[in-house]
Amino acid sequence: MSEGAIKKFMFVNRKAPYGTVYALEALETVLITAAFDQDVSLVFMDDGVFQLKKGQQTKGIETKNFSPTYRALDGYDIEKLYVEQESMEARGLTEDDLLVDVTVMSRADMGKLMEEMDVVLSC
Amino acid sequence: MLHIINKSPQERNSLDSCLRVTQSGAVLLIEDAVYAATRGNAAEAKLREAMGSLKVYALGPDLDARGMSDRLIDGVTAVDYAGFVDLVAEHPNCQSWL
Amino acid sequence: MKFAILINEGPYQHQASDSAYLFCKAALAKGHEIRRVFFYHDGVNNSSALTEPPQDDRNIVVRWGKLAEEHKVDLVVCVAAALRRGIKDDNLAAGFRISGLGQLVEAGIEADRLVTFGD
Repeated sequence: MSEGAIKKFMFVNRKAPYGTVYALEALETVLITAAFDQDVSLVFMDDGVFQLKKGQQTKGIETKNFSPTYRALDGYDIEKLYVEQESMEARGLTEDDLLVDVTVMSRADMGKLMEEMDVVLSC
Repeated sequence: MLHIINKSPQERNSLDSCLRVTQSGAVLLIEDAVYAATRGNAAEAKLREAMGSLKVYALGPDLDARGMSDRLIDGVTAVDYAGFVDLVAEHPNCQSWL
Repeated sequence: MKFAILINEGPYQHQASDSAYLFCKAALAKGHEIRRVFFYHDGVNNSSALTEPPQDDRNIVVRWGKLAEEHKVDLVVCVAAALRRGIKDDNLAAGFRISGLGQLVEAGIEADRLVTFGD
């Protein structure tokens, strides 16, 4: 690996948690990418916004609640979290419903941001 | 950026979502997404509108497999796998809308 | 150009693995390099040596192994995703190796383009 190469990685989360494993396993990739000292951005759009909903209680479905991990991202120097505004509003959510601080972005700005990336992983 | 879509617009919102945020570049329809590029599909109007600012491609072998090659919308370019590779190489980055 | 490929779905259920394979073949035919194919989520099932498709169907697992052998393509299966789904060295098909998610990130850094195939 070329020493010190830093690329812009973006993870586009478009799926809700628990119904499928994508959100959890994508989060594992995010953490590893940060460990490689890469420039990491996380995008939450469409049903992916639900991953950030406060108050997730998974005891009843006997599945690990991985939502606290989003709050720990700060400790991995992952601070670029973006939520697409229309997706959030279409799901009856506001910023106050989300368990981490995010930057709410218009769809046009989201499109521009994607253009700037080197590697975009969507799931 | 090259945007790769693989689901029918009647099954998933990936084409909608992509077109909602994307203002330039190209869209490549593969697998079940090729239905979006066929005449009479409910997605036709949306796709035609997008073609004002985006180049739209569809994977020929996926159209053939589904018996839809003869219904390709004018202005959409059919490509083979080699063309798929070229599109990825020609664009600075790509994204699969899964 | 150097490509990295990410496959997120298993064989036969989804077209993802077929599309990825045909993309790789076309890229190699054009003289490009496939730096690595990384198997994640249910994609790890592409590496099961226990797979036995009917005679008249393509053998997706063996086909990947042959491509790896002929073109020196590095086929990497994510260890965490594999263990969750019962893939171990004991039942790993020829041509594949099990390693960490870091191999995906590394491929993303080293390759000129990373192309994902999934559901």
